[in-house]
Amino acid sequence: MLEYLTIIFTAILVNNIVFAQFLGICPFIGVSKNLESAYGMGAAVAFVMAIATAVTWLLQTYVLVPLGVEFVQTIAFILVIAILVQMLEIIMKKTAPGLYAALGVYLPLITTNCAVLGVAIMVTQKGMNFAQSIVYAVATAAGFALALTIFAGIRTRLELTEGIPQSMRGVPIALIVAGLLAMAFMGFTGMGA
Amino acid sequence: MKALTIFLDGLIRRNPTFVLILGMCPTLGTTSSALTGFSMGLATLFVLALSNMAISGLKSLVPEKVRIPAFIVVIASFVTVLQMLMQAYLPALNATLGIFIPLIVVNCILLGRAEAFASKNSVGLSLADGLGVGLGFTCALTLLGCIRELLGAGSIFGIEIFPEQYGALVFVLAPGAFIVLGLLIALFNRLIIKPE
Repeated sequence: MLEYLTIIFTAILVNNIVFAQFLGICPFIGVSKNLESAYGMGAAVAFVMAIATAVTWLLQTYVLVPLGVEFVQTIAFILVIAILVQMLEIIMKKTAPGLYAALGVYLPLITTNCAVLGVAIMVTQKGMNFAQSIVYAVATAAGFALALTIFAGIRTRLELTEGIPQSMRGVPIALIVAGLLAMAFMGFTGMGA
Repeated sequence: MKALTIFLDGLIRRNPTFVLILGMCPTLGTTSSALTGFSMGLATLFVLALSNMAISGLKSLVPEKVRIPAFIVVIASFVTVLQMLMQAYLPALNATLGIFIPLIVVNCILLGRAEAFASKNSVGLSLADGLGVGLGFTCALTLLGCIRELLGAGSIFGIEIFPEQYGALVFVLAPGAFIVLGLLIALFNRLIIKPE
């Protein structure tokens, strides 16, 4: 139990995927203009990351390793993730139209979200077992959602701020805000594993 | 001549980092020193130039509907080649860049250039585009790495400019990456893109 709590705490706060590991920056900058889309993207990433990590873990353990072809990991994983996202889109459209309406627009963006592939590769590198991998994936996605939500809240305010120099508007000032947030998250460094 | 224009366009006017703001993850994650930033840039340049050429060469063979998955497979294959080369000849660098090497596959610059340029142009021009954009990315990463290493550790490419203990460590750590990149993009906006 304690072991899982450590994984969760570390993945959300200490080793936050955005602020400490620099993964998933594109959606972090792109989909953080308002709070609603931040929630949507956060939930969609959590959903896909958990399923993708489960599938790629099984693929790695029961197909790639026994066949001795670990070197095709990158190709195999990205194909699996791309297919999975497409399938999820089709299945959700049919069976859960409400969920699809909420998350649908974000799904195609997730294939190129490096956080999903990153987590899938990292759990195999860390040698985690199946349960640990899923917990790690969900906690990482929660960390991503947390970062995205805080950032979107600040950016909404930033839009209303006057007096930002022309050349600093938009992405530059957003990156500096992200830098300050990363500094705040550094306060957790050294805690957990 | 045309190839040169395309090359320079990719390097400056359509600089992937400062103008298009693509490929942010490796930009932030691997620039804690000039050398790592430079190597990451070269690794991306390698894959981008080869995948642009291959995709341009294959464009008449790939059906329109499955072109995106086909592009991804081509890019992933070159990334695997790069991974194996680096594991064999540059194991230390490979360990430093870590997860960012396999993640070149999902760098939006590569798929973006494949879709926007290589799938419509000849092999030669695609190579020029790949080299231009790749070099633009390499320059941006090296510049970011130099600034962070200088402010944070007092050196550039490991050559000491001032003693390390006077450096502000925060520039080598995560917050510095965001802040320096933000300021560099602002500077690029001011100088290259015409002020309104």
